[in-house]
Amino acid sequence: MTLEGLLPELAVIRKDFPILERTLAGGLPLVYLDSANTSQKPQVVIDTMVDHLERHNANIARAMHQLGAESTEAFEAARDKVAAFIGAPERDEVIFTKNASEALNLVANTLAWPGDRQVGPGDEVVITEMEHHSNIVPWQLLTQRTGATLRWFGLTDDGQLDLSAIDELITERTKVVSLTWVSNMLGTINPIAEITRKAHAVGALVVVDASQAAPQLPIDLAAMPAEERPDLLAFTGHKVVGPTGIGVLWGSRAVLDVLPPFLGGGEMIETVRMDVSTYAGIPHKFEAGTPPIVEAVGLGAAVDYLGHVGMEAIHRHEQAITAYALEGLQSVKGLTVLGPLDATRRGGAISFEVEGVHPHDIAQVLDSRGVAVRAGHHCAKPAHARFGVQSSTRMSSYLYTEPREIDALVEALEYTRSYFKLD
Amino acid sequence: MSTANGQDLDALYQEIILDHYKNPHGKGLRGDADAAGTAEVHHVNPTCGDEVTLRVHLADGVVDDVSYDAVGCSISQASASVLHDLVVGKGVDEAMAIHQEFLTLMQGKGAIEPDEEVLEDGIAFAGVARFPARVKCALLSWMAWKDATARVTGAATGEGDKA
Repeated sequence: MTLEGLLPELAVIRKDFPILERTLAGGLPLVYLDSANTSQKPQVVIDTMVDHLERHNANIARAMHQLGAESTEAFEAARDKVAAFIGAPERDEVIFTKNASEALNLVANTLAWPGDRQVGPGDEVVITEMEHHSNIVPWQLLTQRTGATLRWFGLTDDGQLDLSAIDELITERTKVVSLTWVSNMLGTINPIAEITRKAHAVGALVVVDASQAAPQLPIDLAAMPAEERPDLLAFTGHKVVGPTGIGVLWGSRAVLDVLPPFLGGGEMIETVRMDVSTYAGIPHKFEAGTPPIVEAVGLGAAVDYLGHVGMEAIHRHEQAITAYALEGLQSVKGLTVLGPLDATRRGGAISFEVEGVHPHDIAQVLDSRGVAVRAGHHCAKPAHARFGVQSSTRMSSYLYTEPREIDALVEALEYTRSYFKLD
Repeated sequence: MSTANGQDLDALYQEIILDHYKNPHGKGLRGDADAAGTAEVHHVNPTCGDEVTLRVHLADGVVDDVSYDAVGCSISQASASVLHDLVVGKGVDEAMAIHQEFLTLMQGKGAIEPDEEVLEDGIAFAGVARFPARVKCALLSWMAWKDATARVTGAATGEGDKA
């Protein structure tokens, strides 16, 4: 079947992802609807990483030989590709980390230490109730350690940020506002520009968790008006068809230059004496130790691949699949979707409940039909608590998802209802 | 392994388990948490968020009551119900031996033949042991029971309250 907005060469794109051809127990085809958890990898990412390991492997920036030069070039080329992917104003503003969690922790930790942006007693940090635990716990740690106060935006019943109290939340005491662009549980797309403008007006830093946004939304930081551009933005490689073990922190040079170093060690130094050291400039200032080299190279290939397909086209595809899925899911008796029901205002992760069956049991029965989804709290316990549920089932699509996979999900959910003998 | 086809699914969701899930035995907290011979613990499964608050009352070396409030999947709910059936009225030592038998079954990766004499309805969980992701669900209330019982008898398990 064809839906308006689907990627025109979907069949070709699916061929790029070898795992989609495998079968599961009982010879069942794989219906992978867990891409918000981790995305599958195209052949070009796998091949690029294998080629690097087979032909160019060496440590970077310190090996005075040809392999070292090739490896360094590949690693730094990956930085250029990531910079292009998010429209970074400067390529040196792209810091490689282990994952998005490390990127967020880097910011929350360095803000605790002496420096122009140090957070202290009386200061406030503002987050939201829909954050992933990785954008809650680092800020709890920061405020506990510094005597600052943690505050947060609540949520409306339809899963949006409750902005009615924005003027009481974002004040001259606010030092940091950290929020997700797209919710990993509710799918909500947050008004980053509006909140950033408010935060910048009071001199606060804005940190954006783009873990779910980077895979789905075109991002062009340089094109944003300065007052609406976040100061820092984090995402992870493995959700943008790249490998695990590599994440990205983008930060404006002005902010990264005044944050103190995070981890100390190789590559982040300028010179070291026994009593004191001086530090390298960005990006190396925040990249202590041998980085995940082949993972960065793989991420470069991944964002290049997404760029070739086109993020605008991928976003349209996600919206088309999401609209189709919302319609199909709501045809299942006793099923309630958590979060916005308008596909144009949300991302491709859809969490839902089915009355009378626990999410674990749903996921188990779905798995027996070859349908892979996530069940649990999705690292967003406060957001679940807000809606009075302990856990949920979540389906999440990506650029390789076909309408027939949504049909398979709906059919498997009907089977689940009959398996557990719900009328 | 946990790769499940239709047949495996029926091995996991035995009728006995679904019956206990729909009509759990002994559910609801009873008695006074602060009474003599009583201990209450709260355990969670951090991976999935399943929770149990479980209260044990011992009298004269016998498990007088096990009462609980729990939220979670069919496996974790049914397992708490079976636990209640198996240990209430038993001497603490005997109940601990049943606990060990159930633990061994769940950690046996599906290779252990359960003893119906000891485990009664608990044998229905033999299939769960073949689904590594679900073993923790089946053990949640059992570990809570062991912890609470140890608190009453003074033999700390070292696992503490996982709340």
